[in-house]
Amino acid sequence: MFTVLPKADPDTQAFWDGCLQDQLLLQRCSACHVFRHPPRPVCPACLSDRFSWDRASGYGTVYTFVVVRRALGRGWEERIPYVVAVVELDEGAHFLTNIVNVEPEAVAIGMPVEVTFAELDGTTKLPVFQPRASAAAR
Amino acid sequence: MSALSGKYAIAGIGESNVGRKLGRSAMALSLEAATRAIADSGLERSAVDAVLTRSPRRQPQTNYSAVLASHLGLRPSYINDVGLGGASSVAMVLDAVAALEAGLCTTALCVNGDAQTGRGNLRGQLTSWIEDFEHPFGVVAAPITYAMPARRHMYEYGTTSEQFGAVAVACRKHAALNPNATFRDPITIADHQASPMVAEPFHLLDCCPVTDGAAAVIVTSVERARDLPKAPAYILGIGLQNTHAEVQYAASMTSPAMRGASQRAYAMSGLSPKDIDVAELYDCFTYVVLMTLEEYGFCKKGEGGAFVENGRIELGGELPVNTGGGLLSQVHSSGFFHITEAATQMRGAAGARQVAGAQTAIVSGQCGATGINACLILGNHAH
Repeated sequence: MFTVLPKADPDTQAFWDGCLQDQLLLQRCSACHVFRHPPRPVCPACLSDRFSWDRASGYGTVYTFVVVRRALGRGWEERIPYVVAVVELDEGAHFLTNIVNVEPEAVAIGMPVEVTFAELDGTTKLPVFQPRASAAAR
Repeated sequence: MSALSGKYAIAGIGESNVGRKLGRSAMALSLEAATRAIADSGLERSAVDAVLTRSPRRQPQTNYSAVLASHLGLRPSYINDVGLGGASSVAMVLDAVAALEAGLCTTALCVNGDAQTGRGNLRGQLTSWIEDFEHPFGVVAAPITYAMPARRHMYEYGTTSEQFGAVAVACRKHAALNPNATFRDPITIADHQASPMVAEPFHLLDCCPVTDGAAAVIVTSVERARDLPKAPAYILGIGLQNTHAEVQYAASMTSPAMRGASQRAYAMSGLSPKDIDVAELYDCFTYVVLMTLEEYGFCKKGEGGAFVENGRIELGGELPVNTGGGLLSQVHSSGFFHITEAATQMRGAAGARQVAGAQTAIVSGQCGATGINACLILGNHAH
């Protein structure tokens, strides 16, 4: 399957390392305790550079989504249709991702989802989301 | 009203020929627009002592303003590469006004051009950390980014795809009246609905095509402009606002950047939305126009869909929008043709697409998934 690999840097390495362990890590400011994503060196709320990498619950809801039906970059032909979404994590942060393991027509704003990790090439896993298994029971 | 309002003006307008696969470089198109703007102003080339431009999207180059100045035989005392994508056009005019007001220069050339079709440089390479959190998920082009707030708008306010289509129809209708537009065959809402789905909810006709073209203006003091042969377009208000860099940073899917930029421009001009006769609004996607109309105060939040219906934004309607055809039907060029079209309307020189009696025009430039907005208000006289 066609993939684009992220090139981790010192600010983001821990995030991608977490994915390899099937863990969704979020930066959390040590001063004001706000979760943030994507990773960055300084808290946008209070400018503190102290933070921890906290394991997120992996749960959230679809905030908005797009069904990509035409390849808009070389190589993406074999992937269409695919769903790009912003998931509002239970921790509050917005998380840009894909919704998988569901027909695009069944995706809706507000749908409960959970993280799953897609193996890219043995060195990288991508955090994507699928309908939450226990959603009906919640 | 600020003392800056009506102090500076657009004194020269230049547009290159536009189209697809013109086989000309972005530099060639930019030089064509620049030389036409200088000639249109009636100024000697040597009077130009500032150059504001943006490195082309597909042939990026450092110090592009210096290269452009060299090609024009200029020795400017102020240059800048304004790298703000679709907000760069209005931001160049803002930069020019700031430099003029600071006494750094007297006469500024602003030019913006692209050759986006045909042979070009590679794209889609990971070049910044933010792309690590977009490209692997298949967020590889603007339609995907912008369809996300569009979907959210439909969800929150009941906005429909047909209402997006009304924007595409209006732009095409206006392009049909513009000899220098790329796409001039009329379209209907039904055509819009029948066009292929690209990034749902966006159909193909919601998305502006890539095109080739460049446009330019000369900005100088009103005192100088009044001595020139053609009527100046007065800069009544201008403002910029940045709230986020990419959709990933957006706290919500509204645009406080658009709101902030327009409020600054309104405050400088002493005008309000009801005083505006023509609107040239950045339209990389139909939805963005709808959102801009809301944030610029022409209707309430959530009412953009209803506002664009029934020809209200077409020529003859209450607020003609994108009278030159816009990015959707005329040319992309990062929105600089919105400025030249607004200035042409203020001169009363827009021919078949002239808005009768138009005295004021507002221009929106935006990028960064609506996180960066620059707003310009022009008038045919100082208020």
